[in-house]
Amino acid sequence: MIKEPKKNARSTKTLLRLRVNGETREVATEINKTLLEVLREDLNLTGTKHGCELGECGTCAVLVAGKPVLSCLMLGIEAEHAEILTIEGIMRDGKPHPLQNAFADLGAAQCGYCIPGIVLTAKALLDENPTPTPEEIRQSLSGNLCRCTGYTKIIEAVELAAKKMAANVGVPS
Amino acid sequence: MQKKNFSVIGKPLRKIDAMAKCAGETLYADDLNLPRMIYAKLLRSPHPHARILSINTARALKLHGVLAVITGEEMPEKFGIMPSTQDEEALAIDKARYAGDPVAAVAAASETLADKALSYIDVEYEMLKPILTIEDALASAEGSERIHTWNRQANIQKAVSFEFGDVEAAFAQADHIFEDTYFYQGNTHLPMEQYCAVGSYGSDNKLTVWSSTQTPHYLHRALAKVLKISASRIRVIATPVGGGFGGKSDPFSHEICAAKLSMITRRPVKITLTREECFYVHRGRHPVKMLARTGVKNDGTIQAMQYKTFLDGGGYSSYGLASVYYTGALQTVTYKVPAYKFEGVRVFTNKPACGPKRGHGTPQPRFAMEIQLDEIAEKLGLDPIEMRLKQLVEPNSITVNGLRVSSTGLRECIERVAERAGWREKFRKLPFGRGVGFAASSYISGAGLPIYWNNMPHSGVQIKLDRSGGVAVFCGSIDIGQGSDSILAYAVAEEFGIDPADIRVLTADTDLTPVDLGSYSSRVTVMTGNAAVLACGKLKPLLLEAASEALEIPVDDLEFAESKIRSASLHQRAISFAEAVIKAEGKHGTLGATGSYWPPKNPRDFKGSGVGPTPAYSFSTSIVELHCDSATGEITIDKVWIAHDCGRAFNPLLVEGQTEGSVYMALGEALMEEQIFRKNGLHKIPSILEYKSPTTLETPEIETILVETDDPEGPYGAKEAGQGPLLPVVPAVANALYDAIGVRIHEIPITPDKILRALDGRLKPISIPDFKFPAPIKWHPGEGIEVTQKS
Repeated sequence: MIKEPKKNARSTKTLLRLRVNGETREVATEINKTLLEVLREDLNLTGTKHGCELGECGTCAVLVAGKPVLSCLMLGIEAEHAEILTIEGIMRDGKPHPLQNAFADLGAAQCGYCIPGIVLTAKALLDENPTPTPEEIRQSLSGNLCRCTGYTKIIEAVELAAKKMAANVGVPS
Repeated sequence: MQKKNFSVIGKPLRKIDAMAKCAGETLYADDLNLPRMIYAKLLRSPHPHARILSINTARALKLHGVLAVITGEEMPEKFGIMPSTQDEEALAIDKARYAGDPVAAVAAASETLADKALSYIDVEYEMLKPILTIEDALASAEGSERIHTWNRQANIQKAVSFEFGDVEAAFAQADHIFEDTYFYQGNTHLPMEQYCAVGSYGSDNKLTVWSSTQTPHYLHRALAKVLKISASRIRVIATPVGGGFGGKSDPFSHEICAAKLSMITRRPVKITLTREECFYVHRGRHPVKMLARTGVKNDGTIQAMQYKTFLDGGGYSSYGLASVYYTGALQTVTYKVPAYKFEGVRVFTNKPACGPKRGHGTPQPRFAMEIQLDEIAEKLGLDPIEMRLKQLVEPNSITVNGLRVSSTGLRECIERVAERAGWREKFRKLPFGRGVGFAASSYISGAGLPIYWNNMPHSGVQIKLDRSGGVAVFCGSIDIGQGSDSILAYAVAEEFGIDPADIRVLTADTDLTPVDLGSYSSRVTVMTGNAAVLACGKLKPLLLEAASEALEIPVDDLEFAESKIRSASLHQRAISFAEAVIKAEGKHGTLGATGSYWPPKNPRDFKGSGVGPTPAYSFSTSIVELHCDSATGEITIDKVWIAHDCGRAFNPLLVEGQTEGSVYMALGEALMEEQIFRKNGLHKIPSILEYKSPTTLETPEIETILVETDDPEGPYGAKEAGQGPLLPVVPAVANALYDAIGVRIHEIPITPDKILRALDGRLKPISIPDFKFPAPIKWHPGEGIEVTQKS
């Protein structure tokens, strides 16, 4: 049985200091909360979605220190001191990232629910390998499930974004 | 096809919500956070079949932070999507009918606490022997334990039987009769978004429910019925759906419980299901055993067809009444079938309820039919494509079961897919281990009849023009990713000659938008598109009249183009669209109009005739090329070609997207996906990790060929795109496997173990249960034309 909290009981929360989308955010939260929960529930960054909360679908992927991470498998406290990038932080000066433009132009987002995780995972790929082959794109996105698109337009959109970025068209600073 | 000069239709435009989705701005149900919001969880039965003897909620209610605990006694009214088979309770009262059936619900200050409180609810069950197979259900006797008591025959939900034309005589004229058995395993939708609903009962005694639902209108009706509140005091807002595929088309327990808990606590209540729970909610593809019998002439001409289908329905009716009819409805819509018999039965079993998944009831018999035709061609020494081409259903014809086919691009779909895939060079010519397979299919563009009998429109659109030149479009339809919001914008932009990006589309809010029946049965483009065009048609004369006066040009020389109303002969004489709206508002007052769409009347009049008719049929063909390692049984799909007759492509990007998504989902069903259960009735693999679905690595290159026809019933000639292209791919995989390694597999998923057993001659044929179907309803073409609805 859960008991009434005692008077003057200590707070169950811990103060986390996170770097999210280039901003420093402080949040008092439960120490066992996942990064996904901290982002969505404490920071109201609901652009990060979830499909299983067990690390099986890739929907909740965010970038931590530039690498794709399943935010449902990482504790918020583990992400302290690292740069966290969510879908909300991918625009620069109000301009969409070339990946976002390419996904929108090619109809690569149907229901759109898996798209934040996929765009971020693709960004990590392009940051490391600006001219990936379709096979390399498939490999890098193989942990992100999408039930709508059959992946065809997603892969085409990543290719298109890579081309545009190589040609320096609409690249955010 | 007649090309028309469109400014918007047919262009590969962005969806109006595309960037919001790519920016993470779209708010799905679980993204809603309301002030004072609390969280709910459902307690689910761990037993597949059990009497509920008692539920004691006292211990849970004492927990600090628990605000309400409810059981089914508080909402005993039954509900269900089909009016005649309403057998669901918001929370099970007397009996749990599958492992996962909800029996109680908790609302608490946090999700963690609500979850914890579930273990403080004491339920006393009397365990019953679960019924887990079609055979077990059919073997039920008069005195057997029944999963439901409302149905006439123990554990049989519905048995149907039809005969169209003189079937016996037609079989007698056949040179050959082929009879085979098949099994299509069940599988689930697996949308990436977990189910979620938020209920909020306000101090004005009005209820608002936000839900990830494909059918806000039917949810609205179910909430009113179960909660016993006037529908006029309930507002349902369908949030953008993060994938549906049919799985979010029923009204659900969690939606009703979120509402009820908010009524009790007077706080907004959110309930988000875990991924595991999504496997229990299910409503996915029915497992179906089938017998297919086809009589043909020596040249392969079909004389008669007979189908028996046995559907494993799970614990509740859901859409099952329609599902069983759909397993027999569309076999006649691809090739000419002079005589046709169909018998189908859906049984209850102690598993999560099956329902509509992409293609609803039609992929299963299509799987059987297209494999059997492939085998017939093989036995008669004919090319399977040539054999089919000789007997295609003609445009503007009526099938033996009375279905009216308007346009068909099937011939072109077959010819183009064969040409692109290099069929002639590959079929029966590739080395051992590699093969190609072909199949064709048809599907409805919207059910011709509503789910509950009424004479109101299936879709309503309301348009408001205001003096800023702004256009707002209101419609009850819900965008589940297929782009239905954009379809409304495209239609209105086309009519008014404006940019779709300048239109505000407001959908799926029962307080604000006229009813649209929902995103199911591939109905939305045809029905909302037609309604939108009709609404625009009422406003255009008012705008033209005002423009005519302002420009001093007769109305018949005016046109809507480039955000202007202009002289068709002298384009520079024009006023802006916004100016025309201002002038028209000054002249006529506030500008608004509605458009309503009713499908054509049902051309048939027998019981069960409501399933099958549609404004227009789409057609699809597919060729699959694969290779199979005969040592391991592993299949690799090399490429899929898919041709789809979508009528006119409203936006080719969206049609391609629907087509590619259908191919992908078909490959998942054909090769790996299955909703399966242990012998004790528990779900075997209720997680994304274990429920295998194709990733980027298993999904091959897909080449989409859009075959455009100009259908007289569709808006601008459009037909459906979202479901039909799934159908041919599954049998095409089976046919390609035969071409590759010479074994026939009559069941899905086609897994390596089955392939190895088939190669060893150890794969058993599918057994068909013994069952006495009711005497058939006999019907002949021409009988009872233009009636409205029966059952």
